[in-house]
Amino acid sequence: MVALGQFLEVLIGGLMSGVLYSLVALGFVLIFKASGVFNYAQGAMVLLAGLAMVRTLDLLVANGFPPWAAIVLGIGFAAVIMAATAWLIERFVIGPLVNQDGLTLFMSTIGVTFVIEGAAEMIFGSDVYPLRLFPTDAWFVLDGLFPGGILINKLDVWGALIAGILVAGLAIFFQRTKTGRALRAVADDHLAAHSVGIPINWIWFVVWLVAGLVALVAATVWGTKLGVQFSITFLALKALPVLIIGGLTSIPGAIAGGLIVGAGEKIAEVYLGPSVGGGIEYWFAYVLALAVLLVRPQGLFGERIIERI
Amino acid sequence: MRAPDTNEIMLQVDGIALAFGGVRALRDVTFNIRRGEIRAIIGPNGAGKTSLLNVVNGFYHPNHGAITFKGRTRARMQPFEAARGGIARTFQNVALFKGMSALDNIMAGRTLKVRRGLLWQMLRYGPALAEEREHRHRVEEIIDFLEIEAIRKVPVGRLPYGLQKRVELGRALAMEPDLLLLDEPMAGMNLEEKEDMSRFIIDVNSHYGTTIALIEHDMAVVMDLSDRVAVLDHGIKIADGTPDEVKKSQAVIEAYLGVAH
Repeated sequence: MVALGQFLEVLIGGLMSGVLYSLVALGFVLIFKASGVFNYAQGAMVLLAGLAMVRTLDLLVANGFPPWAAIVLGIGFAAVIMAATAWLIERFVIGPLVNQDGLTLFMSTIGVTFVIEGAAEMIFGSDVYPLRLFPTDAWFVLDGLFPGGILINKLDVWGALIAGILVAGLAIFFQRTKTGRALRAVADDHLAAHSVGIPINWIWFVVWLVAGLVALVAATVWGTKLGVQFSITFLALKALPVLIIGGLTSIPGAIAGGLIVGAGEKIAEVYLGPSVGGGIEYWFAYVLALAVLLVRPQGLFGERIIERI
Repeated sequence: MRAPDTNEIMLQVDGIALAFGGVRALRDVTFNIRRGEIRAIIGPNGAGKTSLLNVVNGFYHPNHGAITFKGRTRARMQPFEAARGGIARTFQNVALFKGMSALDNIMAGRTLKVRRGLLWQMLRYGPALAEEREHRHRVEEIIDFLEIEAIRKVPVGRLPYGLQKRVELGRALAMEPDLLLLDEPMAGMNLEEKEDMSRFIIDVNSHYGTTIALIEHDMAVVMDLSDRVAVLDHGIKIADGTPDEVKKSQAVIEAYLGVAH
């Protein structure tokens, strides 16, 4: 019973933290799905959103605002910053590069990464800023069944809840609204989208805005977990195996990929770790991604690429 | 119910010149389309036919000349303005949203007609839901009309070429255009598919009164369908008139058969 209890605890903890990876991966998927651009700057956008939010929040609280008002205004201000960023990127980077090769666009997002990271730290500071939006203590459930119960982190539960709402919202947005349809249309064919009167530049702004807002959501959860700091940008690297496993074009794939990576690395760490000296957690996801690449290059949920000859 | 031939000019292009580097794709082309007619543009390969369509719907901006559409004269058209103004088109090499179903492709043609805001659509709230139903209804009519019920849910990338062309026509029709530009609607089709497409074109013109301009290589089809034919060769308009007049034109015969030197 102890063994089963421990396994469940590891599994649940892994799945929950996996959802947090998914939050970051979602931003990548959105932009890739709607514009074919692999946005290297997604991690930097999480940092920017987090810094804008936490610094505003701290400033307001220091000036005697009630916490709830400071939180609302902080998130609101960060959203405005993300909208401005989206506009600038569309206007000065992606817009002028319309119809260019995917690799060109990818390189441009690397440039954007450095600009965002630099600007964010210059304007908002480069310390570690603690954030307390969600409770970080733990629950112990099922302690009747297992000695000591199963530990579940409340922050992880919040993260999973938020990710769930976000995915449902995005799915509805993509499937049911004309803007969502227009996004998919632009991703498929620029000229055809033009011909039915879809304003491409506006659509690209919307895509980057939505990705920016997803980055903001990720920043609220990850900022609470780690504190808002520069190393949050490395989340982008953790999102890569999630994307490869789930498929770059699939929103459900980003979630499933996150769950697989999260659960996989925790289980591997606990059960395989001792026999190889530990530290599996840091590389297990990449090995998993490599295995998926060998078997299913488009990812578990990606669109199958069929070339007609 | 054939659309009345009012002789009213819907679209006029005057003295259009278009060059890509040293290649003069169009030279001083003047051309018009009357409301309600089926207008054909023919010519040998590389004559500038597609360039002319691209100028009309704003993909290309001419170096000289003016475009008058529904009484408004512009030096250049923007694709967005053209779509707003009621110009829809199809493409020579089929430009569909390949990952989307036939139904969603045609729904995309309704983009400019959707009025309700984003939030209402997401919530599927009253008026937005009613509007969505209305759009779906119109799209289903088009699907019925084009006889593609069976493939509504199929991602169009998987469809054979002839059906893709039909879906593309459906998407253009969903815009409820006043002017429909068809770039080689029958290219690569077999005889039966060509007959179907001809029938659709005639029906669109007569049922909805849609003005149609089309580029086509199949002469039998062109002569059958169209009210007036313009002939381009090397970027110059060499003939313009009824099918019978064009057939007799010496310049046209020379362009197609070559001149004895």
